[in-house]
Amino acid sequence: MLRKRVIPCLDVTAGRVVKGVRFVDLQDEGDPVELAAKYAAGGADEICFLDITASSDGRETMLDVVRRTARNVFVPLSVGGGVRSVDDMRATLRAGADKVAINTAALADPGLIDRCATEFGRQCVVLAIDAKWRGDGWEVYSHGGRAATGRDAIAWAAEGAERGAGELLVTSMDRDGTYDGYDLELLRAVKAVVSVPVIASGGAGSVADCVEAFEDADADAVLAASIFHRDEITLASLKAGLAASGVAVRL
Amino acid sequence: MTRLAVIDHGAGNLVSVARGLEQNGARVDVVTEPTGLAACDGVVLPGVGTTGSAMERLQSQELVAALDAWEGPLLGICVGLQLFFETSDEDDTACLGFIEGRVAQLESAPLLPHIGWNDVELATDPLFAGLGNSTLFYFVHSYAPVPANPGDAIGWSEYGQRFVAAARRDNRVGVQFHPERSGEAGLAVLANFIAECQRGRRAA
Repeated sequence: MLRKRVIPCLDVTAGRVVKGVRFVDLQDEGDPVELAAKYAAGGADEICFLDITASSDGRETMLDVVRRTARNVFVPLSVGGGVRSVDDMRATLRAGADKVAINTAALADPGLIDRCATEFGRQCVVLAIDAKWRGDGWEVYSHGGRAATGRDAIAWAAEGAERGAGELLVTSMDRDGTYDGYDLELLRAVKAVVSVPVIASGGAGSVADCVEAFEDADADAVLAASIFHRDEITLASLKAGLAASGVAVRL
Repeated sequence: MTRLAVIDHGAGNLVSVARGLEQNGARVDVVTEPTGLAACDGVVLPGVGTTGSAMERLQSQELVAALDAWEGPLLGICVGLQLFFETSDEDDTACLGFIEGRVAQLESAPLLPHIGWNDVELATDPLFAGLGNSTLFYFVHSYAPVPANPGDAIGWSEYGQRFVAAARRDNRVGVQFHPERSGEAGLAVLANFIAECQRGRRAA
């Protein structure tokens, strides 16, 4: 049986892991290569790196982190942030990523999703969507949550999957770093319009939050950062808790 | 030291495959042309992406004939395994034809791609020595091989349908999952392949 996945996420800037609340107030959380190795040993089903500076000079720093991690960590790596072209995606895969997340560049040029999927196969193209509630629906934000796009998140999710994204990483900006639980409404709305796996992101604060994402919103994977970095919940205890609640996970 | 050639046809998982083999004590040469196969004990054909683009690159690198002529141990991973078959429904690609059969999309899968850790039922095979007969491995794919001769299958998994997750014909063996991304069990598969290459060298 295909297992539900638990994915620790490392937000990286200038070669360090940081984490904030609702995308701001960043604090240093450690060395990305060391943290990735620790999470892999602890039972992570995948590791996700997001380059949150994503400036052009930061690209090489990020690829170096990916390269060093891929040498020592034998679980899948997803990498996102600052990927603007098919060539950027190739460089990221060549550095050792298994999947590459695109976000801002796809919003500016949706055809990028099609081109990456054609070149590398849809299974390595992850569309990352940062969504914020605006009263009548969810709006997509670009540039690491700094710019409103006017696009509807659910329509964008459907379009992205149609164009060739093999997976969607859906982050609730309202919940990010808050420990208030995933935005289940958002996840359910996305799941209703796509037939590719959906990763829930933003807001995990407890085992129960993750159980809800799987059981109530049918997420295929949960992604979390803050709870793991601060050892508030270890991967082992989270997975044991999920298993005890009847979620099929890899123990 | 066992010397392995890892074929570089532009596939993304090259680094992790090479590193997984090195972790198990092999010396790895990343190979882009036929001469690279001359001095090695075994060949690994990785693959992430589409069968069409992989075949195009192998052809332009003159590696199709070289792989056909290679009689030693050959390990295909993911798209690398798919290339062993005659044709792939993905872009209607003609493949290497080492094993009769085709590559088809997982039509009954609840979601595609099939991404994540899934149980693999393993036949008795040197590649799986020391592993339990049901072991979790990591998959990322939408297509899987359908061997014409069921006896060529040595591993099976289930995702909306039962599908072939590993196959062997003599020295050519392949897995649909990613051993280089499947933790300890995956590293054991790579170690078993290295051992097979060592045995081949002693026999030669």
